Amino acid sequence: MNASHSPLASASRESAASRALQITFAALIGVFVIGGVGFSHISAVHNATHDVRHATAFPCH
Amino acid sequence: MSLFRTILFVAALAGIGTGLVGSAIQIFGTVPLILKAETFENGAPEEAASAAHEHAPGTAAHEHDADEWGPSDGFERNAFTVLAMVLTGFGFALLLVAASELAGGLSSWRQGLLWGLAGFAVFTVAPGLGLPPELPAMPAADLLARQMWWIGTAAATAGGLAFIAFGRTPLLAALGVALILAPHLIGAPQPDSHESPIPESLHHSFIVATVAASFVFWVLLGGLAGWLRPRLAAGTA
Repeated sequence: MNASHSPLASASRESAASRALQITFAALIGVFVIGGVGFSHISAVHNATHDVRHATAFPCH
Repeated sequence: MSLFRTILFVAALAGIGTGLVGSAIQIFGTVPLILKAETFENGAPEEAASAAHEHAPGTAAHEHDADEWGPSDGFERNAFTVLAMVLTGFGFALLLVAASELAGGLSSWRQGLLWGLAGFAVFTVAPGLGLPPELPAMPAADLLARQMWWIGTAAATAGGLAFIAFGRTPLLAALGVALILAPHLIGAPQPDSHESPIPESLHHSFIVATVAASFVFWVLLGGLAGWLRPRLAAGTA
């Protein structure tokens, strides 16, 4: 057993990595949702979100 | 509750609340201006209408009365506006809450409100300087180019603000200022001609209405997220 490798230090390191991963996942979902509403080139999606795209100043048309 | 679930719940609740209020503001404030602009679009002479409809190569032509699906005017159209606003609120709330978690997490509605102001700067003010809110029938540059500039500007502004707020040295703050300026020095894609069938006064009213509506949207989104986060994170060890 290495004394410098305390369980506490490794736990906090692990939780920092896990925090980063969870934050990244949440942000990616956000990017996906915004991309769908504001940036989709599918015309049915564009037509459904048309007024919101104009009103929130996403590039439209 | 895991951090991921906390972010998701805070963003969902803040997004739904803001989306409902935001869509009411849009339906009464900005959508009537869009509908008014569409009368110019449909009434415009053939060549003017086609000139106003520049499209990226490969993009389907955009026509409101074409045979492709679109919600019918009135209730259905507004229902989709409500749905899209709630989704917009949820998506932006996810980005706002996730970013704030990197800085330790929102601790109060007031702190959330400041993050909301940052969101307003990043997603409304900065892209809007180069690409002002547009009405249907207005001339515009290639859609994909504008989307790329919009995303790049928002990302650069967010990064720049982070350098200014969290950078520890004046050099990092200067880098932040440079990042925020860069997209405007590059310049947004512009149409060949700004000639438009839309009266200047209508466009001006639309810009004021959308920017004001976005301001309310972001202040509410940030404030709600900041208020909710300590309450929902209470169970997180």
